[in-house]
Amino acid sequence: MDIALVYLLLIGFGILVYVLLDGFSLGVGIISRFLKGNNQEGIDEKAIAMKSLSHIWDSNQTWLVFGGVVLFVAFPAVYAFVLSNLYLPIILMLVALIFRGVAFEFRFKSDASQKWWDLSFSLGSILATFCQGIVLGALVGEMSSQKTMADPVEWLTPFSILTGFALIAGYSLLGSCWLIRKTEGALHARVKNMAKVLLVAMLAFLAVVSIWMLVEQPSIAERWLVIPDSLLLVPLPLFTLFFAYKLWSLLKADEDPGLKPLGYAMGLFMTAFGGLVAGVFPYIIPGRLTIWEAIAPDKTVYFTLVGILIFIPMIITYNIYSYRTFSGKTSMKDGY
Amino acid sequence: MLDIIAALPDSAMLSRIQFAFTISYHIMFPTITIGLSLYMAFMEGMWLKTQNPAYLQQVKFWAKPFAITFGMGVVSGVVLSYEFGTNFSKFSEVVGPVLAPLLAYEVLTAFFLEAGFLGIMLFGWNRVTPKVHFAATCTVAMGTVLSSFWILAANSWMHTPAGYEIIDGVFHVTSWMEVIFNPSFPYRLAHMLLATFLSASLLFAGVNAYYLLKEQHIEFAKIGFSTAMIAIVILAPVQILVGDFHGLNVAHNQPVKLAAMEAVWETEKGAPLVLFAWPDEKAEENKFEVSIPKVASLLITHEMDGEIPGLNEVDAKDRPPVPVVFFAFRIMLALGGLMLLLGLAGLYTRKTGRLYESKPLLIFSVAMIPAGVIATLAGWYVVEVGRQPWLVQGLVRTVDVISPLPASMVAFTLGLFVVVYTTLFFTYIYFMRKLILKGPMSVEETLATLQGNEFYDDDLPATLNPAQVDIGYSQELSTYLKDKGEK
Repeated sequence: MDIALVYLLLIGFGILVYVLLDGFSLGVGIISRFLKGNNQEGIDEKAIAMKSLSHIWDSNQTWLVFGGVVLFVAFPAVYAFVLSNLYLPIILMLVALIFRGVAFEFRFKSDASQKWWDLSFSLGSILATFCQGIVLGALVGEMSSQKTMADPVEWLTPFSILTGFALIAGYSLLGSCWLIRKTEGALHARVKNMAKVLLVAMLAFLAVVSIWMLVEQPSIAERWLVIPDSLLLVPLPLFTLFFAYKLWSLLKADEDPGLKPLGYAMGLFMTAFGGLVAGVFPYIIPGRLTIWEAIAPDKTVYFTLVGILIFIPMIITYNIYSYRTFSGKTSMKDGY
Repeated sequence: MLDIIAALPDSAMLSRIQFAFTISYHIMFPTITIGLSLYMAFMEGMWLKTQNPAYLQQVKFWAKPFAITFGMGVVSGVVLSYEFGTNFSKFSEVVGPVLAPLLAYEVLTAFFLEAGFLGIMLFGWNRVTPKVHFAATCTVAMGTVLSSFWILAANSWMHTPAGYEIIDGVFHVTSWMEVIFNPSFPYRLAHMLLATFLSASLLFAGVNAYYLLKEQHIEFAKIGFSTAMIAIVILAPVQILVGDFHGLNVAHNQPVKLAAMEAVWETEKGAPLVLFAWPDEKAEENKFEVSIPKVASLLITHEMDGEIPGLNEVDAKDRPPVPVVFFAFRIMLALGGLMLLLGLAGLYTRKTGRLYESKPLLIFSVAMIPAGVIATLAGWYVVEVGRQPWLVQGLVRTVDVISPLPASMVAFTLGLFVVVYTTLFFTYIYFMRKLILKGPMSVEETLATLQGNEFYDDDLPATLNPAQVDIGYSQELSTYLKDKGEK
């Protein structure tokens, strides 16, 4: 297999892991806006929501840095082009992630200012997610249409705003499914209800975004609608429907579904992601530069590949260990 | 409004200011956490070894200041990993094949490691065995050190590039060993690591000195203060020595930077050591100079009449901003001297048996809390500003590789960073102050945090078992410790 393809898969892997893991972390932040500070059982729902992430948010966010540097290693021209052209949404996302991140540290050490850190947590999560959606929309929507991107606000289009909201709905679904696993009682019931609404919202966004792309972008339409390529892609929408159905039945049932809803919600994300990649491949900047044109020198990519192959399995192993150490329902007792 | 936009510096200058601001801000936090994580690992190791709860008290107390400092480092660090691309896109394209893999290794070997074990270190006390917890703390400490290894390799390469060739304007690597272990890397790594250990020691010493001054938490403070003062008296002279070697390395590889550090305008034999001056870049001379003859030559060439190349060796456009480098260098040296003085004063009072009582020493220690971080920042200004106008010494000019962004957009984000970072900095200081003023938990409270911890139930003698601690335990504890000591 050629090295450019290996790196495309690695970057895809990095982005997907980031979206799934920080996706639910950011999702928790987004829906924490709609949780209660003191519910009928005397529980601070916002605190529980944040606490459920306090030991893992940092690891989850590190996948964003990983995706960034692997792109920098393998396709430096793409890293440079994308980041400088999408300057504002990227910087705003980073600033929003700062507000999200510091909230974890300050929330539980403050007395009078807890409300502000709750706000910092949720607004930071919302803005970061929206910016990521904008970046996604700008990349697949606008760049492929060969616009110049010279205009500083070229990325702000109806389509990228749509993908911004779509991602907010999607991450919120992941976040609510995470909280289903980590909470009990009234809070558990509340997030389960939220997940139902969010599932419907995410599917609706997915449908609109898909149709929009098929209508606006002939190259994507060709791949999806013309035989034989389209035959290979048929399983993706079928899987989407299957995951959505399974998730819906779990959310409707009375018993605690544990980790399963999060699994199916992540399945939905994976099929959507797969569909997107299938649509734009083999372009790395859609419509502009293929992976083979953009790949960095051999010395660079092979040297890094050794490190990735050695360390990523280790990273996955100790991250699983960390998750298992803190498995079970979140309690306010763990502290330092 | 239009006037303001017209008066803006160009986007290149704004991008540079933004990068300088965001990276200066970031480096303050790792400077503390690298050293502090080693302190915490040491204290936890001592707790496991001696079972003296005063060590556990130290670990538990410092966990909170460590956590918020680490958190600030994480959030401000993510920004940097993207800023190469956002503001220095051409640089990323041209030099990416050399530098990006070093950053990738930093993420793979350090960031994930720190993030993965920090959760266990902070929240896992009652979920893993004491040994696993200690291993997690050590792993976090190791991660912070590994992180500095890679980032300093990348930075050093920009000062003393090696192991590369340039093909069609893009840098290609010929030898990774030469890239990583480039000529200035060992000196810079040693100098920076010592700086972080010193900075953490000064924080440690200062906070504990504050408690001694206020006559609070005396037993707790004595352990911390004593340990930190020993560290300072060892580290400060070693740092001065390493700094000297680093300086010789600069003289060899980057003579223009050295000339700016010493404000030597004309190449000179037997150059004087300038104690103070106002370097005038237009007139190319020093105003109000106070200097000691021949000492600069002696220090740098180790000969009284050794020659030091002056700034006149290169065109004015190839010189760094002399006053910034000159003054930053002097700030660093002065603070280094004070650290040495503090260490020696600690040694002296220890000899006379007044280490914990000497008011002037305790006040001096409190005043020196920020000295390590300020000296580190000043040192970085010498190094980075001193390299200008080059981004990669002698090869890539900073102005040539900046993203073609509209100035107004960079001005907007710079303003945003200034507002957000300043607010957060004061918030950080507020919480640090709050945590320090609150002080450590008592021994009883500290042990009670391990209450119901299944891992400790069997390990500890009944009287030390947190589940059974009562008022009378202190006496039991001292008997226990005495017995243990006799064995």
